[in-house]
Amino acid sequence: MSFILFIEQLLNGLQFGVMLFLMAAGLTLVFGVMGLINLAHGSLYMVGAFAAAATATATGSFLLALIASLVFAAFAGVLIEVLVIRRLYARDHLDQVLATFALILIFSEGTRWLFGSFPLFLDKPDWLSGTVNLPFGIIYSRYRLAMILAGLAVAAGLFWMIARTRIGIRIRAGENDREMIAALGVNISLLHTFVFALGAALAGFAGALIGAIQSVQVGMGEPVLILAFVVIVIGGIGSIKGAFIGALLVGLTDTLGRFLLPWLFQFVMSPSSANAVGASLSSMSIYLLMAGVLLFRPKGLFGSQ
Amino acid sequence: MTLKPFAKPLALSASLALLASAGLATIAGQAQAAGVKVGMITTLSGGGAGLGIDVRDGFMLAIKQSGRDDVEVVIEDDQRKPDVAVQLSDKMIQSDKVDVLTGIIWSNLAMAVVPAAVAQGKFYLSPNAGPSPLAGKGCHANYFNVAWQNDNLHEAAGGYASGAGHKNTFILAPNYPAGTDALAGFKRMYEGELAGEIYTKLGQTDYASEIAQIRASGADSVFFFLPGGMGISFLKQYADSGVGLPVVGPAFSFDQGILQAVGAAALGVKNTSQWNKDLDNAANKAFVDSFQAEYGRLPSLYASQGFDTANLLLSALDKAEVSDADAFRAALEAADFASTRGDFAFASNHHPIQDIYVREVIKEGDVFTNKIIGVALEDRSNAYVDDCSL
Repeated sequence: MSFILFIEQLLNGLQFGVMLFLMAAGLTLVFGVMGLINLAHGSLYMVGAFAAAATATATGSFLLALIASLVFAAFAGVLIEVLVIRRLYARDHLDQVLATFALILIFSEGTRWLFGSFPLFLDKPDWLSGTVNLPFGIIYSRYRLAMILAGLAVAAGLFWMIARTRIGIRIRAGENDREMIAALGVNISLLHTFVFALGAALAGFAGALIGAIQSVQVGMGEPVLILAFVVIVIGGIGSIKGAFIGALLVGLTDTLGRFLLPWLFQFVMSPSSANAVGASLSSMSIYLLMAGVLLFRPKGLFGSQ
Repeated sequence: MTLKPFAKPLALSASLALLASAGLATIAGQAQAAGVKVGMITTLSGGGAGLGIDVRDGFMLAIKQSGRDDVEVVIEDDQRKPDVAVQLSDKMIQSDKVDVLTGIIWSNLAMAVVPAAVAQGKFYLSPNAGPSPLAGKGCHANYFNVAWQNDNLHEAAGGYASGAGHKNTFILAPNYPAGTDALAGFKRMYEGELAGEIYTKLGQTDYASEIAQIRASGADSVFFFLPGGMGISFLKQYADSGVGLPVVGPAFSFDQGILQAVGAAALGVKNTSQWNKDLDNAANKAFVDSFQAEYGRLPSLYASQGFDTANLLLSALDKAEVSDADAFRAALEAADFASTRGDFAFASNHHPIQDIYVREVIKEGDVFTNKIIGVALEDRSNAYVDDCSL
């Protein structure tokens, strides 16, 4: 195993983690402010990817496709918040899980009805194709590097908004005491819609970015959703900082685990069984990480209560 | 009880519809005595839906073309979940009273359903999954695979890779029964060294880690088996990584349903298949034309497998009643139908003996598709014939 390969895998882990953060940020905000478990968050990721693919096919522009992913995902977010989610804030978590699971089915079959069952095509633009040469002779995909930068920029913007702006203050206040800020004259229902739309737009943006190097298909959001839940549990539910650290931890653990575990097992067993055992164990690695974190920090790394 | 003004005609027409459907049911019931009832369990929702839809459409096209009205097909969606597939097969056998089951795409689902179904005396015709246990020790007189044994296309890919002069191939497949069959099949016919061997997670979408290992391994070529959306993701990321080694794979990642989503990243890739739309025989030409006319898209290999499965069934029905199991089985074994693949026969373990071709991904106008560039294996049977007691 070479140093260059290890650095490249670190970058891969970072890229995966940053994209997970875009998903987890919305999920953790919605849980923190509204106390809502939103299983349909993965569907918003899918909406973003499909909106981007359709726009890119129609206009040929990747930037327009990214904008479309933000707009359509935010719009879908507002729509389900006003029509369905709003009625669930006061209900218990089981009702929320049930209703948002129904939304997954509605979104999946609705998307199939609109776009058909076959995967759509979405490609990165020419100016982001190919590879770049980094120091130490590392060859890395230009698009993945752009994903890391875009993700970090969004994360920085989000931290700034939460920490420094009036809307950020309201969001933090909403997390601490919902009734009190409503009593102080903040339009809590508008704030909820805004937070939900923000989370939806971030998920849609992630879907569009990832859709360009993966398969844009019905049901693409659910595997990512599970990882995003792992992220917010590790990070501490409701904490943006926790979501960021948790996403990077999960991204690095998953990527490095897939690569290092089979390699490590080769020292104690034959290559083919090392592969099989390593592959099986690495798919568990993030859950082991989660169990480990919860053992010492039952509320997650940055859990508030 | 008071009915609103418009409710009366509604109720009336509803009861009329009920009567009409009851009438239909008795007609179907009478016809069934002479014909056959088929239960199709396939994947019609979720990520793998494209495959099941193609199998279903190919199958139903053949039934429609036959003009027979005594073949009743019950179609259900397994959602790619083994537990759902098992429930559906129980329901179809016990309450729908089907004679023949078919349709399963995924090997792990086939392993859950097939042994129990054939043990209850039902026939199972597989339009896709062909896991090795069902070809070897677990073979059964009532189980027929009309597509291939899982290893076949990968064996052909291994043979092709050696023939093309690749000496140090990196191989990867998902960690599930068809994935282990795939790598075993590739290694059976491949003569060179392996630069590396990876099992990925089933349903994995990001392959950055694997691609980095391929880059570092010093391989001269890559073989991968990643069906459906997994293959789309891998190919797009592989093309983007700049690794640029030649790629060989089975047809599953290059079939008509997903090529458009992969785009130019797949151009020029060599892949192995038992079927292609340019195969030169009358049955195939008619199939490709009629499929396009019926559904407005090009058929995939899954569609051709569904079409052949239905035609095999129809050919057996022409010769024997399904109630006479021994005669019906003999009629199936004869495989007396015009396959879209040309020559087709069953080996003693009820898996096909057929030619397997090498195809290349090309662009025809705006559409990405395949053309055949050679034969990889002629009259290939499978490696498990001797393990089967049939």
